Amino acid sequence: MNHLIIATRLLLLAPLITGLFAGIGGHFLPKIFSQLVAIAGILVAFIASLILFNGVILDHAASFSVHYYTWAISQDFTIPIDVLIDHLSILMVTVVTFVSLLVHIYSIGYMRDDASNPRFFCYMALFTFAMLTLVLANNFLLLFFGWEGVGLMSYLLIGFWFHKNSAAEASLKAFIINRVSDCAFFLGIAAVYTYFHSVDFAVVFAHLNEIAPLTLSIFPNQPWSVITIIGILLFIGAMGKSAQVPLHVWLPESMEGPTPISALIHAATMVTAGIYLIARLSPLYEYSPTALTFILIIGSTQALFMGLLGIVQWDIKRVIAYSTLSQLGYMVAGLGASAFSASLFHLFTHACFKALLFLAAGAIIIAMHHEQDMRKMGGLARKMPITYLCFLIGALTLAAIPPTAGFFSKDSILDAVAQTTLPGAHYAYACLLLGVFVTALYIFRAFFLVFHGKPATRQATHEVSSVMWWPLIALAIPSLIIGVLCIKPLLIEPNGWLGQSLLVFGPYNSLNELITHFPGIWPMVFNALTSLPFWLGISGIVVAWLSYVIYPSIPAKCAKISMGLYQSLVHEYGFNAFNNLIFVRGSIKMSQFFASDIDGKVIDSFMVNGSGRLINRLSNLACKLQSGYLYQYALVMILSLFAFIVWQVLL
Amino acid sequence: MLQHALLSSLIWLPMLGAVVCLMVSSDTSPNRARIIAVIIALMSLALCVPLVSHFNTVGYQMQYTENHAWIPAYGIHYALGLDGLSLPLVIITCFTTLVVVLAACTSVKRKVGQYMATFLIMQGLVVGVFVATDAILFYVFWEAMLIPMYLSIGIWGSANRSYASIKFFLYTFFGSALMLAVILYLRLKSGSFAIADFYALKMSMDVQIWVFIGFLLSFMVKVPMWPTHTWLPDAHTEAPAGGSVVLAALMLKLGAYGFLRFSLPIVPDACDKLALFMVVLSLISIIYISFVTLVQQDMKRLIAYSSIGHMGFVTLGCFMIYIIMHNTQSYQNAYLAIEGAMVQIIAHSFGAGAMFVGIGILYDQMHTRLMKDFSGIAKTMPLFAALYLLFCLSNLGLPGTAGFVGEFMIILAMFHSSFWITALASTAVILTAAYTLWMYKRVFFGPITNPEVANLKEIGPIETINLLLLAGALLFLGLFPQAELQFLTATADHLLHLSLLSKL
Repeated sequence: MNHLIIATRLLLLAPLITGLFAGIGGHFLPKIFSQLVAIAGILVAFIASLILFNGVILDHAASFSVHYYTWAISQDFTIPIDVLIDHLSILMVTVVTFVSLLVHIYSIGYMRDDASNPRFFCYMALFTFAMLTLVLANNFLLLFFGWEGVGLMSYLLIGFWFHKNSAAEASLKAFIINRVSDCAFFLGIAAVYTYFHSVDFAVVFAHLNEIAPLTLSIFPNQPWSVITIIGILLFIGAMGKSAQVPLHVWLPESMEGPTPISALIHAATMVTAGIYLIARLSPLYEYSPTALTFILIIGSTQALFMGLLGIVQWDIKRVIAYSTLSQLGYMVAGLGASAFSASLFHLFTHACFKALLFLAAGAIIIAMHHEQDMRKMGGLARKMPITYLCFLIGALTLAAIPPTAGFFSKDSILDAVAQTTLPGAHYAYACLLLGVFVTALYIFRAFFLVFHGKPATRQATHEVSSVMWWPLIALAIPSLIIGVLCIKPLLIEPNGWLGQSLLVFGPYNSLNELITHFPGIWPMVFNALTSLPFWLGISGIVVAWLSYVIYPSIPAKCAKISMGLYQSLVHEYGFNAFNNLIFVRGSIKMSQFFASDIDGKVIDSFMVNGSGRLINRLSNLACKLQSGYLYQYALVMILSLFAFIVWQVLL
Repeated sequence: MLQHALLSSLIWLPMLGAVVCLMVSSDTSPNRARIIAVIIALMSLALCVPLVSHFNTVGYQMQYTENHAWIPAYGIHYALGLDGLSLPLVIITCFTTLVVVLAACTSVKRKVGQYMATFLIMQGLVVGVFVATDAILFYVFWEAMLIPMYLSIGIWGSANRSYASIKFFLYTFFGSALMLAVILYLRLKSGSFAIADFYALKMSMDVQIWVFIGFLLSFMVKVPMWPTHTWLPDAHTEAPAGGSVVLAALMLKLGAYGFLRFSLPIVPDACDKLALFMVVLSLISIIYISFVTLVQQDMKRLIAYSSIGHMGFVTLGCFMIYIIMHNTQSYQNAYLAIEGAMVQIIAHSFGAGAMFVGIGILYDQMHTRLMKDFSGIAKTMPLFAALYLLFCLSNLGLPGTAGFVGEFMIILAMFHSSFWITALASTAVILTAAYTLWMYKRVFFGPITNPEVANLKEIGPIETINLLLLAGALLFLGLFPQAELQFLTATADHLLHLSLLSKL
């Protein structure tokens, strides 16, 4: 037990300390120093999480908390800084530290020529620290600390090349949109505190029964269940970080950051924080079918419609970014269907294959001398065989072709959504099914454009250095096999790797069908060969092959025929235009009115300076009365006397 | 012995230092004044150490009390005392003076001795305001501190300084005159000028409302609350860097202190009756002012407006206690709100002070405060950019920085009593981030377009120490708020008790 507590402390402190060292020491020492220190920190954290994995999950040690200090006490309300080690948090930290470690190593190669190298490693290590804080928190406040911490590091890393205006703008946009959802998250925490008088997860879960019947009227005469309100507020919080529609617009822009960051933050870890949050709060969400329905609809809409956008992108990173949005939609839809374990499973496989795809794209970008436009690529298969193979594995996994890891996780989500009885379940299932075809289409479109066909450019390209392809291999292997290895302990076995961390009520248990009739791993693969999703995926690949290898004229014709649809896809459904018009320009116009008209004219010119002028005028008037001329005084005296007499005599 | 005169020494030591500064300084050897001012500021801060270590956190009574008859004919006393509300404010005053004096060491070149003396005198007077327990003594300090502030804007200010200094003086003086009338009335009724005796006074609702209005006008100008806020941006833009820091970190706190020390405990029923009105004014300060902040072009004006928004949370916390008690009868939540207001006062002192010190450093090199003249400073001044980012993060209330704690407590406290007030107040989360980081982006990020920016020099050792002090304070208060809360607890409880006790 003792060594587990030490491991927990190391897990958090190692990335923090080494991150700070890398940042401060980077100014004085050679850059290799900060790189090695940061990597050592993550390595320690990774080993610590393996020790925890072994201790708690494999050896069945009990879950435990570690107390750091007390943040605040306000009469009866205490907020401790405590971390919680249970099955769910251990699985998450293992994935986070694993991907982070590989991305750190990869970055040595990717950022070789960048002068601000130490700053980069400092940010990445601190990001890992914040992400671990988020995952390990045992109360809402500490989780919010980590939540905002990863948001901050994401802001800094998107704007890493801050001298570029586009990067600075993208980072600002990402932060502000995340703040919009944080506002709801903040209110959600306030609601939790109000009703549970605590922000501790365990206390909240223990009192759900008492709070469940309570209602709150946000609008007059509209009593809503308190749990639903809390659930929806917290989910809106998750929608920002996990880039759910309509708060997704920052994620494609975040591609302004260096590619390793896109892999680590904007694919594998930070954007899945929302998924983790909902899974962590599964006992709470189980009390609110309304919130679950909302989640299901948002997620499935996202899965299909964001995937469609991937088809029309030319920037390789943006294709993968839209793919991330779509895959997050799958996870969220799974959460809505109460298949929390399936969503987490997809989170883990996605972390591997999406990081793999991004790092492979990064390798391509480096080999192409920072060219990201796929129209200028082509025929790279021969020149970059390792990257080619890894990208292919990533693409197959993303397209959920059995027996890759993506197949198992995505199929479980599809199964669960098919079983769920919430309103809107049919719509959700249809979206997710179509999404399978779309996914295969956009990723193999990118694959064929980049690696096959005629080389469209004469730039000399060659395979990247080993420090960069080695992490690709290290990600490609789990992308292939963790599905086979993990589906049983994660989904099927009672009391498996997720232990008692999740809670699903009987009627909502949409995975029940899969669990009770689980045919075994390989039969599941063979059954899939005759199933609809599999053939949708295959046809996506075939369509991509036909349109981009065999008959390259097809895409242009399709675009011409469906002009309206194509345009709306190219403009990303107009979200950016709408936001710019209403929120950006609208609020600036309103602010200008407030600042110059109300503050400037009404208050300052009229009221403040106006009263100054008024006093001036009155005193000028008073000055005139005191002219000092005797004859004027005499005249006033006589006139007053006269008036007085008239008044006395007449009245 | 020292303990019995601790508060007096905190008031008079800096004044004495100011006299010495004036005597030794000359334009040919400004260093003497600098060294003396830094030593005096450090000594004052050192005096705060026994203040904290001997402070009794359990009781709400005034501590370190001193009481001497001053004008016996009218029963006016030189009476000082310190409780959990004043303690942090006194420490902030000493800390802020140190920051101002350090910043002035490198930035002020003209009339150094006089400049240092002005701010040392100001320190003594502000400490006096926070520790006076006699209403007339309080009033004397309150008014007296306008003079050094007026002089600092008028002498060391920028182009439009005379308009700003007169506006500042008239605005604040107008409010104070009414306060004097109210204090005299309370003396008439209670037969004493001791503030504690005012607390025991019974008054009818009509009288309470008049007393409330008298106090209100004086305090709301100082806080400042909408719509009596327009003096602040002008005063800030024209004031020298030190003046801005003192304005934001100390002067605004006087208004909030006034609400907590006078309005709430003396006329609780009037406060109760007008609570919704005050809450609405606070919400306007938070939301409307945040929008106004968004379009400011001048960095100092921007921070000045953002101060108004942050102080809106203080008044919101103060007056929400009545709405909380009405709607939910939750003493715990009311307590959280009033304690949150106190925490917000402390956090804003450090946060806004840090922002203005930073702008002062830029202004010294560039002689402009307009954001369009800047771009890409992060390239030429990386250390400064990193520290300033931390200040910005505290300004937008990121968890882990001081700016988060108070807002967090107040929002948590309010939710049950009114969803919509809470929701409106929490839009600050978005708006503060928008204007703060938009400013940061325009000033620090982007390509370097102005050749003057390319020639900027990274901050020197004194400036680095100064900014590190501020950064350390912001992080410490954000990560370990319990360190400050333990001093507030007993006083907050007592104040809340008084504020909820009917005087009818």
